[in-house]
Amino acid sequence: MSVVLDAKIPEGPIEKKWDSHKFHMKLVNPANRRKHNIIVVGTGLAGAAAAASMGEMGYKVKAFCIQDSPRRAHSIAAQGGINAAKNYQNDGDSVYRLFYDTVKGGDFRAREANVYRLAQLSTEIIDQCVAQGVPFAREYGGLLDNRSFGGAQVSRTFYARGQTGQQLLLGAYSALMRQADKKTVEVLPRREMLDLVIVDGRARGIIVRNLITGEIETHAADAVVLATGGYGNVFYLSTNAMNSNATAAWRCYKRGAYFANPCFTQIHPTCIPVSGDYQSKLTLMSESLRNDGRVWVPKEKGDKRAPSQIPENERDYYLERIYPSFGNLVPRDVASRQAKFRVDEGRGVGTTGIAVYLDFKDAIQRLGKEAISEKYGNLFQMYAKIAGEDPYQVPMRIYPAVHYTMGGLWVDYNLQSTIPGLFVAGEANFSDHGANRLGASALMQGLADGYFIVPYSIGNYIGSEGSQIKPIDSNDGIFVSEKKNVSEGLDKLMKINGKRTVDDFHKELGQQVWENVGMSRSASGLKKVIGDIKSIKAEFWKDVKITGPKDYTNQELEKAGRVADFFELAELMAKDALTREESCGGHFREEHQTPENEAKRDDSNFCHVAAWEYKGAEEPIRHKEELKFDHVKLTSRSYK
Amino acid sequence: MSEIHKTMTIHLKIWRQKSPNDQGHFIEHTAKNVSEHMSFLELMDVVNQELILKGDDAIEFDHDCREGICGTCSMVINGNPHGPEKATTTCQLHMRKFKDGDHITVEPFRAKAFPVVKDLKVDRTAFDKIITSGGYVSVNTGSAQDANNIPIGKHTADLAFEVAACIGCGACVAACVNGSAALFTSAKVSHMALLPQGQAEREQRVLNMVRTMESLGFGNCSNTGACELSCPKEIPLESIARMNREFYCAEVKERPEKEIGGF
Ligand SMILES: Cc1cc2nc3c(=O)[nH]c(=O)nc-3n(C[C@H](O)[C@H](O)[C@H](O)COP(=O)(O)OP(=O)(O)OC[C@H]3O[C@@H](n4cnc5c(N)ncnc54)[C@H](O)[C@@H]3O)c2cc1C
Ligand code: FES
Repeated sequence: MSVVLDAKIPEGPIEKKWDSHKFHMKLVNPANRRKHNIIVVGTGLAGAAAAASMGEMGYKVKAFCIQDSPRRAHSIAAQGGINAAKNYQNDGDSVYRLFYDTVKGGDFRAREANVYRLAQLSTEIIDQCVAQGVPFAREYGGLLDNRSFGGAQVSRTFYARGQTGQQLLLGAYSALMRQADKKTVEVLPRREMLDLVIVDGRARGIIVRNLITGEIETHAADAVVLATGGYGNVFYLSTNAMNSNATAAWRCYKRGAYFANPCFTQIHPTCIPVSGDYQSKLTLMSESLRNDGRVWVPKEKGDKRAPSQIPENERDYYLERIYPSFGNLVPRDVASRQAKFRVDEGRGVGTTGIAVYLDFKDAIQRLGKEAISEKYGNLFQMYAKIAGEDPYQVPMRIYPAVHYTMGGLWVDYNLQSTIPGLFVAGEANFSDHGANRLGASALMQGLADGYFIVPYSIGNYIGSEGSQIKPIDSNDGIFVSEKKNVSEGLDKLMKINGKRTVDDFHKELGQQVWENVGMSRSASGLKKVIGDIKSIKAEFWKDVKITGPKDYTNQELEKAGRVADFFELAELMAKDALTREESCGGHFREEHQTPENEAKRDDSNFCHVAAWEYKGAEEPIRHKEELKFDHVKLTSRSYK
Repeated sequence: MSEIHKTMTIHLKIWRQKSPNDQGHFIEHTAKNVSEHMSFLELMDVVNQELILKGDDAIEFDHDCREGICGTCSMVINGNPHGPEKATTTCQLHMRKFKDGDHITVEPFRAKAFPVVKDLKVDRTAFDKIITSGGYVSVNTGSAQDANNIPIGKHTADLAFEVAACIGCGACVAACVNGSAALFTSAKVSHMALLPQGQAEREQRVLNMVRTMESLGFGNCSNTGACELSCPKEIPLESIARMNREFYCAEVKERPEKEIGGF
């Protein structure tokens, strides 16, 4: 039976909710904190920030990650920047405006109270990062520089060339290693969480595989924080790092944590197009490029001339034409869909015809090559390396690619999942971006969750429910049996010894998901793909081939476990997309569009979060959290 | 995808080593129909698919972002860490830089402080230990002042950024005849020493980091400059000079006065 979910949003006016909530929280005496063990899984922005902050507060923290060092988490690759309502540019920005833009950008499918808190915390994040020595871009006078970014009409994005994620992560990493030095945090790299351990209904530990020795380890704690990132790699090709995966979140789902809005995925408009079937991942070209680059395709179908041979009046700058007030800066979902429409019309460019141009000619003429290089140098360099063309001379070819997942484990206002003691932070939760994330908001959310929200929530949880959290031993009882289960699961995979590689299956799955649960979805396609996913999955369990050892480092075995979970997640994504009979943000249902091909929301029936409950062999149950908009009026988005 | 591109045949010699204690050996493998648009790691993926289908273990190698920013990939290609291209990580090296019929040798990053785990995968946790010993500003969450209260001239900010861009891949160590981590360590020391935020702990930081580096099996720097040439992020050699100066100044101050003698 479906239940109505309680988000535990604090009482009071929206601007006071977070402060008054913090005041009413239970505290843990500093001397007692070191008696409490906290597990943090993931050391991206969210995980590293949370682990470092809780270490500073005096908790005993264990931080796990897949990579050989916490510094290499996928967050490192974020390019464009991080938003904050500092209003340093005096251009009319405010906490309220950032809140408003984020709710609207998310197409009214996010929780107002969470988004407001995010906007409030944004300013503290910048202070924190600068204090750590993060070298943000500066103006000649020595103050911080800002730029405008994807869909915002104010300049509120802080950046460090095209390497903002790297600099922010290295800041959080340095804070984490400082705590490692102080021995409040134990860092455990090259570990992959393969299950969550629940004792008396509470999250009490994890089972991990040591990715070097192959050993299955058990770790117990008073609370578990999951900060394991998004699930974009279900599509096989995405801009995510190769090790990004859904396994930790998925195994928590199977232990009872609800999974919210899995069909809300973001397709980023400006990526380097696919060049061949050996392609292993896609590379993002930061959307900050849309500030100066102009997107176009030839007016004529099948025009194969070189871009320089196509005169101005035979080019269609379609974003500027359709959306005169936002032009090239429309939100991601809109820009992506429009690129797909152009390609579907037969007006795509490049040898594959699956690309559009992003042209800097005018900007270079206006500002000079040097100014463009100062802003985007590393991006241009990266493009030249990958595409083998010089973007200063020839327009970039770009095409949308999977980039971010708004869906994730359902959490309440405290970032607690439906399993007590399991908190979820960063891209792994579903919280703040609704059906579409605005540029430069993921870094903000990851750091808000990690530095400022999780540490408080953990304190409140332990402070108020600590007496019910009984001492346990990770070498005993349920840990032993769960460890055995995990080990047997790996044996089962190894024993199949079929004829196809893991990558081969992953590619086939990805193709199906991209075509049917990608930029545009239809009831018939979704129904069919659910059946197809099931049969590829059955094939996988009969015919996958994994070589190498179980009891030593083995990347094929790691990948196999992740792909096995992607099959199940893909099915849930399709079910979620099928039951959401509306279009909103990144979720575009062909049956629900306006005559101008814009997304048509259905607020009377779908103004809610869909949170799925795992039911084993039975169908999962779709629960609802109704969304209320008291501050930002429900209107249809218009960027015209 | 139907794009027509040039393809080539590449003869590979790849290092295989089962575990840290295994002696290791090269295997030979010829890759056919290699597209010029493939990245080097995509070539390795293709080789691995072939090995798996034959029943062999896949070649273990580290990689993650494949965008040149995480610092995970780490191969020595034809004797050069990250291969022949300047300022390019292995994952950003594309096959168009090679010719049909080329012979390519692939080895792990080799250094005393980076033991081989398996095949091309090495253990670089020594780098984390160096950072743990001081590569940070001691500021707790929530105690920061307004960001614009710390103005930093653009020139200084740019200099700090240049060294902060280190991706911690370890190519500098693999390139160095002494297996020294001087470029890596100096990048972090410089980043912090250049900025006002790093001043309070400036001396202790450099002392701790350099001493930790020395204790971990990295060799001494003899200024050959190979590190700078192999660095995918072009961290300048002058960082090492800055670190040395920082270190000596701090060390002199640390010593009791009688040891230094009167000036
Ligand atoms: C190319 C690119 C550019 C981007 N640019 C921007 C931008 O400019 N601005 C912006 O705001 N956002 C940007 N984003 C989005 C943003 O980078 C991510 O959403 C964000 O960094 C996610 O951070 P995270 O901490 O939630 O997770 P991640 O950084 O993905 O970290 C996940 C962590 O979990 C660990 N982990 C995962 N599974 C397990 C497991 N089973 N066991 C143990 N550990 C596990 C990993 O090892 C890793 O440490 C970009 C994303 C991409 C792909
Ligand atoms: S894989 Fe990230 S730098 Fe090469």
